[in-house]
Amino acid sequence: MIKRDLVIVGGGPSGMAAAISAHENGVKDILLIERDQYLGGILNQCVHTGFGINYFKEILTGPEYAGRFIEKVKSIPDIEVSLKSLAVRLTNDKTITFLKPGKLETIKAKALVMATGCREKTREMIHIPGTRPAGVFSAGLAQKLINIEGLLPGREVVIVGSGDIGLIMARRFALEGAKVKAIIEIQKESRGLLRNMVQCVEDFDIPVYFNHKISWIYGKDRVEKVSVVKVDNDFNEIPGTLFEIKCDTILVSVGLIPENELIEMAGVSIEGDRTSAPGIFVCGNSFKIYDMVDSATEDSMLTGKLAAEYIRNL
Amino acid sequence: MISKKLTCIECPEGCRLTIDAENSKVIKITGNKCPKGESYAVAEIENPVRILTSTVLCQGLSLKMLSVRTDKPISKSMIFEAMKEIKKIKVKKSLNAGDIIVKDFLRLGVNLIATRKAE
Repeated sequence: MIKRDLVIVGGGPSGMAAAISAHENGVKDILLIERDQYLGGILNQCVHTGFGINYFKEILTGPEYAGRFIEKVKSIPDIEVSLKSLAVRLTNDKTITFLKPGKLETIKAKALVMATGCREKTREMIHIPGTRPAGVFSAGLAQKLINIEGLLPGREVVIVGSGDIGLIMARRFALEGAKVKAIIEIQKESRGLLRNMVQCVEDFDIPVYFNHKISWIYGKDRVEKVSVVKVDNDFNEIPGTLFEIKCDTILVSVGLIPENELIEMAGVSIEGDRTSAPGIFVCGNSFKIYDMVDSATEDSMLTGKLAAEYIRNL
Repeated sequence: MISKKLTCIECPEGCRLTIDAENSKVIKITGNKCPKGESYAVAEIENPVRILTSTVLCQGLSLKMLSVRTDKPISKSMIFEAMKEIKKIKVKKSLNAGDIIVKDFLRLGVNLIATRKAE
């Protein structure tokens, strides 16, 4: 079995920060594995500005923020990057198995950092009733389709939830010429940053319905319309408030969940700011959901340092 | 004289600003925690501007879409015209982040730049 000092799973901002910091703190043998064909993680599809204000003291787009770390990682020969590499198995003795083109590789690491990011909550998780037509996307998937694939997944859009990704996608669809007909938020105020309510919603005159929820999705092959109803503070539907909105697309933006399948598979739990297995670390959005990448970077730098200390003390 | 309430978008703090203005000229700004709030408020009253970010089509490169932005903010009223122009662009040669794609974009005194490396 191949042995490495430090293996980092995930080449997004947190994994890259952990790799850079571990190297700065003395680790000379680092393997960074990333399932995509590029480093940068979700930042590559976040083409809007708002990144780097705290860390770089300037306003950058996602790809620019990621690009600075990608250049740094590539300039350090002690960090080996393995792209198109999907981690499929982890055991608590710090053995990691991953698939890369044409190969299944197993590595025993002295320490491991899991920086596997998060996943979006789906329609199923918030129980929106109705038929099951095409045209229901998570906001992040729609973002990938537009910004990475160059496809516009809808023309008349209703957004469920007012999280930041939903607000940013409201603007992105509007810029692309689609009609964003409504943002439906069950809470009484926005879950997103105020600045996004201004620059994404107010700038484009997009109607926002607070204290409302979608009560039914209609459509056979493709989404045709939704019915919307007002709710009270306990989220009970208020009779007589139902109305319909014609649309062909629904974006779901109702929150993110840390992605920790591999950690769970290994029988390892996250306890406070560390895991139950010495030498296995978790950072970035797989540890907790961050509002700002700048904070994820700073915390992940600390994780890289802790991993380096762990290896030094073995 | 008018008094207008705005939320500053310069950073995630989202300061609630109160602006007293007369004939589209700002007289007094309160509620900002830093100087950026002042310049933002003045711009919002006199000529609201935004940095435009989008993507352009690539041809013969490993990326299908290249992310781009204006290197300086442009007038809000020009945003849809700028999007029309962005849709006409095809990038065919390798670029680094920060490289200019269109100089003096729409004669607005700003450049359209790549925000990602495209090879």
